[in-house]
Amino acid sequence: MEPRRLLVSATQGTAPGDVLSREEAEALIGRALGMSKADAMRVNVLHDRESNVRFAANQMSTAGSSSTTTIRIQSVFGRRRASVVTNSRSDEGLRRAVEQSEALARLAPEDPEYLGELGAQQYVAVPAWFDATAGLSADDRAKAALSALAPARAANDLTVAGFLTTRARATAIGTSAGLFAYHRDTNANYTLTARTNDGTGSGWAGATANDWGALDFGAVAARAIEKARGSRNPVALEPGRYTVVLEPDATSDLIPLVAGALQARAAEEGRSAFAKGGGATKVVERIVDERVTLLSNPADPLILSTPFDNDGMPLGKQTWISGGVLSQLAYTRFWASKQGKSPTGGAGSLRLEGGSASLDEIIAGTERGILVTHCWYIRAVDQRTLVYTGLTRDGTFLIEKGRVTRPVKNFRFNDSPLFMLNNLDAIGRPVRTVSGDAMPPIRVRDFHFTSLSDAV
Amino acid sequence: MTSRRSFLKAGTAALGAAVVGPRVLPATPRPPVQERRTLYTDPATRELMMEALDAARRAGASWADVRISRNRANSIQTRERQVTDVVVSDTIGCGVRVLVDGCWGFAATEALTKAGVGSAAQEAVAIARANRMAQDRRVTLAPAPAHPDVTWKSAYTIDPFTVPVEEKADLLLRANAEALRAPNVRFVNSGLSFVKEERNYANTDGSVITQDYVRSWVTLACTAVGAGDFATRGPEVVQPAGRGWEYVLEADIVTNARQWGEEASEKLKARSVEVGRWDLILHPSQLFLTIHETIGHATELDRAMGYEANLAGTSFISPPEKVLGTLKLGPDFLQVVGNRSEPGALSTIGYDDDGVQPEDFPIVKDGIFVDYQTTREQAPWLAWWYTKQGKPVRSHGCSYAQSWADVQFQRMPNVSLQPGARDLSWNDLIAATDKGIAMIGRASYSIDQQRYNGQFGAQLCYEIRNGRIVGQLRDVAYQMRSPEFWNSLDLLGGKSSYMLGGTFNDGKGQPGQSNAVSHGCPPARFRNVNVINTGRAG
Repeated sequence: MEPRRLLVSATQGTAPGDVLSREEAEALIGRALGMSKADAMRVNVLHDRESNVRFAANQMSTAGSSSTTTIRIQSVFGRRRASVVTNSRSDEGLRRAVEQSEALARLAPEDPEYLGELGAQQYVAVPAWFDATAGLSADDRAKAALSALAPARAANDLTVAGFLTTRARATAIGTSAGLFAYHRDTNANYTLTARTNDGTGSGWAGATANDWGALDFGAVAARAIEKARGSRNPVALEPGRYTVVLEPDATSDLIPLVAGALQARAAEEGRSAFAKGGGATKVVERIVDERVTLLSNPADPLILSTPFDNDGMPLGKQTWISGGVLSQLAYTRFWASKQGKSPTGGAGSLRLEGGSASLDEIIAGTERGILVTHCWYIRAVDQRTLVYTGLTRDGTFLIEKGRVTRPVKNFRFNDSPLFMLNNLDAIGRPVRTVSGDAMPPIRVRDFHFTSLSDAV
Repeated sequence: MTSRRSFLKAGTAALGAAVVGPRVLPATPRPPVQERRTLYTDPATRELMMEALDAARRAGASWADVRISRNRANSIQTRERQVTDVVVSDTIGCGVRVLVDGCWGFAATEALTKAGVGSAAQEAVAIARANRMAQDRRVTLAPAPAHPDVTWKSAYTIDPFTVPVEEKADLLLRANAEALRAPNVRFVNSGLSFVKEERNYANTDGSVITQDYVRSWVTLACTAVGAGDFATRGPEVVQPAGRGWEYVLEADIVTNARQWGEEASEKLKARSVEVGRWDLILHPSQLFLTIHETIGHATELDRAMGYEANLAGTSFISPPEKVLGTLKLGPDFLQVVGNRSEPGALSTIGYDDDGVQPEDFPIVKDGIFVDYQTTREQAPWLAWWYTKQGKPVRSHGCSYAQSWADVQFQRMPNVSLQPGARDLSWNDLIAATDKGIAMIGRASYSIDQQRYNGQFGAQLCYEIRNGRIVGQLRDVAYQMRSPEFWNSLDLLGGKSSYMLGGTFNDGKGQPGQSNAVSHGCPPARFRNVNVINTGRAG
């Protein structure tokens, strides 16, 4: 029996809408560091207030709110290290976590890749906090739901399902070497699927913003409904290689797959699409069309993400692919030190640079092609080539002579984003996608659809 | 390294064991272990739960439930000869769910005081009240008997949270060393993950339930590197299970690691598959996930009714009034059951997160689709069907939330394909096949949002000619349409070949939640399935 420790960890509350302030986070981390008997310690804190509403089948569904604190304490003795995660902010809860992490660390085998904790760092300020988002009420969220439910109920041919989530978060890191990092952000994310009641049409649209006030609920509903009605009774086209226009959210489904394969270590170990064998990589080689430039930047106005990683290392602008050339790979602190490089952080907060064309202009310039709204269930099938499979979903259309002419059945694809970026035909203006990246609409040739799906 | 022929003669049974772990679970589900002794329900937790329910009622809730749970996770990860991460996670909190005028509200708090849970209850009520402005139809719950003061414990004997970290690290590093002895194996990643949930539940019907749930997972991935090429076996070489440390020991990863490494190495030399129609013999370690994707998800009632349309999707098995009792999903001998009772299975539980004691129920009977997975909110949607069948309108007990901080909704029970009447083995199925591919271990999986078009790979694929395995193939995936695929089933393994496969993390919902679920099945043969070559697919 080891009961009833459940209740000894009552935590001090924070007013609704608030998250830990810089001072509160610093004090919390300071308390944990003060309890440490280890050679080194790192404390990562995430305080997350999430509120949401769901609706489906033209009905309200679940709705809720949660406030969670994730405190990760890593204790280190020499090169032995272990982490304990707790959600207790009380002295007693923190002490228990500190002691447990120390006990585990003493027993853990040495980690030869441990490099020590970082000292104080400089971070760019990313203005991602908006009071309007943090202070939203359940009424505000219900009204947003109603903005899609009302037109759907009024029409007799539509059923909608949607999800609105708003977050207010504080992220902080402190180390025994003197590092302290703090960032807070808000986010509102809304997605909507409209389906026609005959079961043959489905349309999806979404929007995300740090500032609640920047979300246009009416525009999202109009787009999803237009796509749903427009996609009714799709025709079956033969699977094969097609010119494809990817809307920004579809681009956003595929481009991060390239970013995920950028780890230098895997490439230099010979198990990556960017490996050449013998420890060599494809860095400085032209790997895709010369119009492709891919970079990471948390401070990008379209992205606004956290300007440090879990080690507390500052994340700045990194260019991965420049003018079609693989300019660098992503180095962790350990792999960078081993290979004599600078650590880069991972390839997140992505922007695919583009031109100035809008989606409509790209469609208008397409002689014949398939328009893809977004993709679904994408899984790797071959890491050597970055071939992935997945499906189109919620709005797949034929473009003829610059105009969307008719809906087509969904396709399954088997293709690599690297092949795709080699077959680039046109690239438009990046926008913020629902997943939070900055991605343009693009047109690519010879995209490989391998079968049809009956799914609507 | 064993030759393919000697592997065939001596190794196929051992191979099966190596793939899914040595534990073959009984084909006939047994009732869960029920215990009447008090495990954890201490007076203080009960008092807080009662306070949350009272506060919800005072604020205007017509019905409420509360969960106070401690969620623990323990993970150790390694590569080659070193440990890369040791993390223990331990969170405690309270989630309160309410109905106000038929509208849901939910709030979760870390403040485990009377004031804290009371204010969460009030917030849940406030959310439910606000949502009335957009309400069209009231939520009604199927009746369920109250379970005052019951407890349940999952089928583990050694609590993995009592096993010292150095013992776990030692096991993994010894397995890594064995795998690295295989030719060409340059990289090994392995890990152990454990979850322990102390779940307390109470509702305004009068239920007070305390449960102790443990699950365990061991992963190991061997990567062999050749000239400009690499191939991986794993990481899912042992099925995750609702059991404890004893299960990890039974899997004997140190002994089996060498073979997994050799299989990765052999894959480098494997012939690339010819595209076309093949007969497939799917091992339970591969087939379980196809069952999960094509039947498991497709028979979730919320999906069928459009409640997951915005992300997870809907279902080809819908609308209910057009498919229940009429849709022929497979041959007459296809029997699929939903249950939360198979010992050691991941979705097995004594009481669900609606306070319902789950029941076993047929999903596909004699090849015909007959029922969906349900919660208390959903069962009344099928009242017409249950009435027609002479059955009570009750939930099958499929409500689940991943933690106290998340609201419960319908999640998958163990959805298991029953073994065939004849006790055929994996080897019998191979011997009965002229030209086919035997597929072992989950690999790349993808299926559309209505669960029609799936593309599934495997960790190991063996070519069968004239009833014998003649060598490994690579770049194999089958691309199918669910109804045709299940109707192409023509041979099932028997009771002794039945095994549980499982997934530790199955995503659904918004915000996304993870569920762990097992699927029992025997090996099975499917005729003339479309096979593509993923190496040339691009």
